[in-house]
Amino acid sequence: MTAIDARAAGMLTNAAGRLVPAKINGRETVPFEGVGAHRPGGRKAGAPIRSASDYPSSGDKRVASLREALERCGLRDGMTIGTHHHFRDGDLVANALFDVAAEMGCRDLRWFPSASFPCHAHLIQHLDSGVIHHIEGSMNGPLGDYCSHGRMRGMGVLRSHGGRWQALQDGEVHLDLAVIAAPTADFFGNATGDRGPSACGLLGFALADSIYADRVIVVTDNLVPFPCLPWQIHGNDVDFVVEVAKVGRPEKIVSGTTQVTKSPDRLLIAEYCARFVRDAGILRDGFSFQAGAGGTALSFGIFLEQMMKEAGVTAGFVRGGSNQYLVGMLEQGLTPVILDGQTFDLEGVRSMRENHGHQNTSPFTSYNHHGKGNFASMVDVVILGATEVDVEFSANVVTHTDGRLLHGIGGWQNCLFSKCTILAVPSFRNRIPVVLDRVTTLCGPGELIDVIATERGLCINPRRADLIDAVRGSDVPLLDIHDLRREVERICGGAPQRARTRDQVVAAIQWVDGTTIDCVRAVRE
Amino acid sequence: MNGLEASETGAGYAGEAGPRGPDVRSDCWIGLTPTASGGVQIELESTVEPYYGDSIRELLGRGARALGLEHVEMRVEDGGAYPFVLMARLEAAARRARPESNARWLPEMDAVATGSTRRDRFRRSRLYLPGDQPKYMLNAGLHQPDAIILDLEDSVAPAAKDAARLLVRNALRQVDFRGAERMVRINQGELGLADLDELVDHNVHLVLIPKVESAADVQRVDQHVRALTEREVLLMPIVESAAGVVNAAAIAAASDRNVALTIGLEDYTADLGVPRTEEGRESLWARSAVVNAARAAGLQAIDSVYSDVEDAGALRRSVLEARALGFEGKGCIHPRQIRVVHEAFAPDAAAVERACRVVRAFREAEARGLGVVSLGSKMIDPPVVKRALATVELALATGRLAPGWEGEARGGRS
Repeated sequence: MTAIDARAAGMLTNAAGRLVPAKINGRETVPFEGVGAHRPGGRKAGAPIRSASDYPSSGDKRVASLREALERCGLRDGMTIGTHHHFRDGDLVANALFDVAAEMGCRDLRWFPSASFPCHAHLIQHLDSGVIHHIEGSMNGPLGDYCSHGRMRGMGVLRSHGGRWQALQDGEVHLDLAVIAAPTADFFGNATGDRGPSACGLLGFALADSIYADRVIVVTDNLVPFPCLPWQIHGNDVDFVVEVAKVGRPEKIVSGTTQVTKSPDRLLIAEYCARFVRDAGILRDGFSFQAGAGGTALSFGIFLEQMMKEAGVTAGFVRGGSNQYLVGMLEQGLTPVILDGQTFDLEGVRSMRENHGHQNTSPFTSYNHHGKGNFASMVDVVILGATEVDVEFSANVVTHTDGRLLHGIGGWQNCLFSKCTILAVPSFRNRIPVVLDRVTTLCGPGELIDVIATERGLCINPRRADLIDAVRGSDVPLLDIHDLRREVERICGGAPQRARTRDQVVAAIQWVDGTTIDCVRAVRE
Repeated sequence: MNGLEASETGAGYAGEAGPRGPDVRSDCWIGLTPTASGGVQIELESTVEPYYGDSIRELLGRGARALGLEHVEMRVEDGGAYPFVLMARLEAAARRARPESNARWLPEMDAVATGSTRRDRFRRSRLYLPGDQPKYMLNAGLHQPDAIILDLEDSVAPAAKDAARLLVRNALRQVDFRGAERMVRINQGELGLADLDELVDHNVHLVLIPKVESAADVQRVDQHVRALTEREVLLMPIVESAAGVVNAAAIAAASDRNVALTIGLEDYTADLGVPRTEEGRESLWARSAVVNAARAAGLQAIDSVYSDVEDAGALRRSVLEARALGFEGKGCIHPRQIRVVHEAFAPDAAAVERACRVVRAFREAEARGLGVVSLGSKMIDPPVVKRALATVELALATGRLAPGWEGEARGGRS
């Protein structure tokens, strides 16, 4: 497509050379301007001012049902509703919410989840019937596939965890209603996730919604006498409290990506990463790290723990997703603090209740790019995954090479600002190359990605001459990313065919500053 | 298995090969029937259709013609098979359809597959790879075993032997095993000789001969190999029975191409009619007999596998015990065992230091043309020097000693 054709089709070329839509669901976009280039202006958005006179002085905000709460919030066609993925694939509230909205005859709702999972495939009927107009939020699995096939009426918008906070804070997304699934709450609306029969850890992803939404409903299956301690969500931000039988299945928060790998090749990648961190001198007293979800990242933590013990080193802090391995490090004194953004297993939940050094964070403290700094950039080294990487060190986390949208961004983009970002990926999977000449969908620019770690060795970004120097003499195998790509093509039988897509844009990929870095097009049937 | 698969699916194909089902990864199933006309018709269902669909159709079309199938109906159910696997499955299906045909379809011999070996290289670890499981082959070399074994014997079902042979052959021509010695374990008897016919010319470094009971068992394989290729293909007999242990010395001396002798303890203990125990007292005599026979013939003695892949501690104890008995290698059934084995075979710091002193003294004696090596006031016997040289080499291979150790030490002294 030439520049003129593109403009005629409502597309603009951004600073990364990607064509992006000029408008997303009617709102003008700012094309990605480069890392650190875009400067926001204006003042933050805010929720309407309320008066205590309009709320019961007893503090009891309970209503009989979710339907009553939705009616009293004035739910109507076209509204935007936020929900949260603390239960990951065990969430029950989002499905119940839209079932009620359907009963009420609502249409064209915009769903603004912090992420969606396969359990939310239930909502496809409400997309088909028109109850939900479109989804702005990470789409994992079946909903991503639905969107990829161009079946959603509006354009999907994918944001990082920090980008979701930024969009609410900056007023790019106005939230009419937030429905927060709370494992424990009191009648005033104070709520916590760290206890109760459905304890899932923290409620950080719901915090922005509780602050910025016009109306806030807390749904709980464990109502405790006032006050609910600790209060991760302030009752003062909450309009109504609803008791239900069950808000989520906490055992499902350990879903897929949160189990240690047994694959020898992935263990090899994890071990190379740990040896790199040690040999590059990153492993030293007071250092910090974050390893995302995914078997390889978890195994990295186990290797690193071993090396910390061998070297007699303790960390200054580690960043969660917490899990049993990080909790083990905390309880053995290998780190004084876990700064936790999301609990990945029930050990993490327990530790959050019991350990003083297990500190809750939110996307505001951890990730929000439109704040006065955030924690992510202070982390010495982060290990993340990707669906594709390319010879420019750019990476994709949302689509597969066939163009299908199957994953969310999560905190991935935000974490790229760490002092050393390592993407741990197999160089190919079942004959599908992961190392390419150009990623299908750009989610992270190469200038922020320092190392690509594969089972065939590590590629260090040539921009990081300091890291290349630091590991001189290490026996961790290093290779040129172009050589790696050539080897992968030799094994897989040439470069893969490019995704066959239609012109229709089905989803926009936002950068951490609210600009649009790339988009996803409908796949051909 | 061929006939069974066809009847189970209800579709009759003249020939079919490969595993079938939704869980197949990095492999494929191909069924085909030659026809009188209509050219090459390919019905493809593939997990990698969006990436390689066109290239798979092109490859298989080319293959059909190379195999003399100008007209054929073919169905392919692919779970991401790499090209060398697709080629092997197509050839197997074609040969099953027309057993009389001599047509072959070889993938090109890749430069990565052309390395050579040496008689006296380390064989501390050898990683078993089932000969009909391509998904384990591609990355096996990354785990740095001293050797990989493409196994056609116990890990391959009888009905899959002919297809596995082609898969192994293609792997030998295409897969980068990263400098690991390329071993093949053939089948027993006539089937093993047929394995050799298909394979030996594709840069096999070493043939493991299973269930050897006599020198003749080795010689039959040796003669067959010599008739097939002028290249020196090394041999490692496996003693796996009471009779084999009794004849171990003759077996070890049966061929000048023997480089190592190994023991298979599962079969051996079964032959004795006793369970294989953790402490292994039931096989101590046999293992010592194998070590002794190997040494007497100047071969390496290589121990059996340790089968609990989860228990690295027990594996390490097992290797240390094997090493104390005189074994120099251990079989591995999982890549994560390799490191443990290498570390357990690595000499400790005191032994390395002692060996370095002896080797330095030996080099100085050589340089001065002295026939006798001495360290301080002590004379060093030749076997001590030989062992020290081996220890130094092992220390270098395991990172216990830096490559420039001699130069540095001299520099330090002057």
